[in-house]
Amino acid sequence: MALGAVAMLLLVLLLTVSGQRTGAALSALLSGAAGSWYAISSVTLVRAVPLALAGLAVSLAFRAGILNIGAEGQLLAGAVAATMISIVAPQLGFLTIPVVFFAGAFAGAFWAGIAALLRQKFGVLEVISTIMLNYVALQGVGYLVRGPLQEPTHIFPQSFSISKSAQLPAIIPGTRLHLGFLIAIVLAFLMWWWLRDRAGGFRLRAVGANARAAASAGQINVARTTTIAFLMSGAIAGVAGASELTGVTFSLYENISPGYGYTAIAVALLARLHPLGVLVTALLFGALEAGANAMQRDAGVPSVLVSVVEALLILLVLAGDRWRTRNGARTESGT
Amino acid sequence: MIATGAPDALVLDGVTHRFGNVKALDAATLRVKAGTVHAILGENGAGKTTLMRIAFGLVQPDAGSIQVNGAVARFLSPSDALAAGVGMVHQHFTLVPAMTVAENVALGAHGRFVAKQWATRVREIGSATGLVLNPSALIADLPVGAQQRCEIVKALARDVRILILDEPTAVLAPAESQELLTWMRGFADSGRSVVLITHKLRDALNYADDVTVLRRGATVLSRTIDEVSESELASAMLGQDRTSAIAIGSESKQIPPPAGSALAVLTAQNVSFRDSIGVTRVQNASLVVHQGEIVGIAAIEGAGQRELLRILAGRLQPTSGILSVPKAIGFVPEDRHADALMLSESLIENVALRDAGARRGRMPWPSLRKATTDIIANYQVQTSGADTETRTLSGGNQQRLIVGRELANAPAALVVENPTRGLDFRATTSVHDALRKARDRGTAVVIYSSDLDEVLELSDRIFVMHTGVLTASIRDRDVVGRAMLGS
Repeated sequence: MALGAVAMLLLVLLLTVSGQRTGAALSALLSGAAGSWYAISSVTLVRAVPLALAGLAVSLAFRAGILNIGAEGQLLAGAVAATMISIVAPQLGFLTIPVVFFAGAFAGAFWAGIAALLRQKFGVLEVISTIMLNYVALQGVGYLVRGPLQEPTHIFPQSFSISKSAQLPAIIPGTRLHLGFLIAIVLAFLMWWWLRDRAGGFRLRAVGANARAAASAGQINVARTTTIAFLMSGAIAGVAGASELTGVTFSLYENISPGYGYTAIAVALLARLHPLGVLVTALLFGALEAGANAMQRDAGVPSVLVSVVEALLILLVLAGDRWRTRNGARTESGT
Repeated sequence: MIATGAPDALVLDGVTHRFGNVKALDAATLRVKAGTVHAILGENGAGKTTLMRIAFGLVQPDAGSIQVNGAVARFLSPSDALAAGVGMVHQHFTLVPAMTVAENVALGAHGRFVAKQWATRVREIGSATGLVLNPSALIADLPVGAQQRCEIVKALARDVRILILDEPTAVLAPAESQELLTWMRGFADSGRSVVLITHKLRDALNYADDVTVLRRGATVLSRTIDEVSESELASAMLGQDRTSAIAIGSESKQIPPPAGSALAVLTAQNVSFRDSIGVTRVQNASLVVHQGEIVGIAAIEGAGQRELLRILAGRLQPTSGILSVPKAIGFVPEDRHADALMLSESLIENVALRDAGARRGRMPWPSLRKATTDIIANYQVQTSGADTETRTLSGGNQQRLIVGRELANAPAALVVENPTRGLDFRATTSVHDALRKARDRGTAVVIYSSDLDEVLELSDRIFVMHTGVLTASIRDRDVVGRAMLGS
């Protein structure tokens, strides 16, 4: 909540400095993000779902010391797989949604697996490979929606609409809030519990904290643990893609993600990589972005101002952490 | 020796310094005569390094004065100190690994850098002092001993007349230490002065003219070396009550080698190891370690002991040979920050690291917490609790935590590598005690230390490793020392 206050403060500062009509802009932002039941349930929360899922993906990887910048590409891969399954298998009945999500997770893991393999076999830095794979995924989607997956009229660069049975139900009738919201919450708690209480989760954290000590003192298979974490991270990002496709867009197109995978890095860092914290920061970012659109639409203030606020928040949190470790208890002095 | 009546080379008088609320130095006094080696002894945190950092202008004292050659001096920075002829070689090297020797020596000087001039300078210093270095060699390619020489040459290039050496032998093999200390003796005999900060009483007794002992920031003893005994120095360093706790030399009773019936715990037969660039590090090593004995390995740096220890600890697969080791082996690596601890995590998490690789299912946090508090109590780890961030512990307490962790659940075997590196007497003693207790409980212990005396003191049997070849040796300092050098 303190974060929200700091965000508002920064925004007021930026609006004033850039000479915008601060009052009008703020009220547009607030009403766009939380001004009505519709704004909350159908804009802010819906927007927070992919951010939360992709944020969980990023924080899991970062916890293991893997700099997975590729949640965006893995999310797209998940969305593609979900689209394909929804189209080729519309007759699975109640199994449709689980199968679609499983396909999304698998595709996300596969996409991350390419980077994991490159890292393991050739020592390619995952920061580079995952960023590049993001573009490959984006171009791949572009090809698919103009080729094999294009809708029947061949006019728009987008896929078929997926069948009703593959669409996520609304969890509150009359709103756009879909099942993905609950999936994100359950997944966050699951991840929190797994990291804290399971041997596998501990190994992942140990490798992230000090891989050499994990190998020597813990006799942990670092390569194996790292690969598993990478694949799991990709799978969660893939779920984000499947959820967005089956819960919001219902068809595949190039701009299905306005950079959720990148914003997710901010979401994860701001939450200090804590799974439950990710839920909070995803909500904050969801609200900020929902409000930013309203601000641009209703008050004519460019929505990039909100991106600046997001960036400043990260810098503040990181600088704060750094400051704390520097001034943290340094007990020893002398030889 | 310089004629009496010459002013003292370096005098620090009533120097006081606080870090926050902690008094690191409390009216400490030091008087270094010209043409002498002056040893400064003290436990970790006694203020030795802080005092010398003040003499080198890195730290400003809160009170007290500095005199160089009889004149009052005020050093606001190391360049002031260098200008007055005071130089310091730090415990942790301050060299740029990617640069050459000449470039490193030139660092900090003014004007245009002409490689040839500096190369000549390095060679001149080499021929004048015996500290020979190849000026165009990259620091990264040099062995530790040569890097140490480069540090000293760096100071000498500034015409330093008072040289402060902070634990100079900590990183050196015995032969290199010997060489350095002998050089230091000659440097002082030529009329200049050396301040030697050290943990090692023996080095002080053998090489220094005078000795000053600091305890808790205050000077507690200052005499010429002929007037003090080893035990006087030890009790000055530790305070009266602790004298009995240190055993110097190998007075510990000789334990007979285990009878043939003793159970073999670690067995290696013709074990070899070739590293990734094809160099054979361990060559047909054969070794049996029995229940309830400490086997010491003596070697100079890079003789293959690092790899052998990891093979024995089950942390490294040998390239060839037959190896039989138990499942649970404790391992204490020499670099605790890199290889043994997660500094950003709590003590409990670090204790949980043990056996994490084989663990299935839930993490048993309640029992891990109990195990951690037990280690804290049994090994006297000074900390505010099991949830403390491990980074905040001092080196000695971190090491006690590691030893406690590796000895929990009474493993069949324990392999330790330089277990007391960088620790003070008190911490060293407690680590030694823990190793002996483990041995008495039946654990098979393998120890390597770059400090030969430590190996001799702790071990029941001794092996010497030289260029990858392991041979058994008798427990004789001279014999072992020679074997380490391959003669």
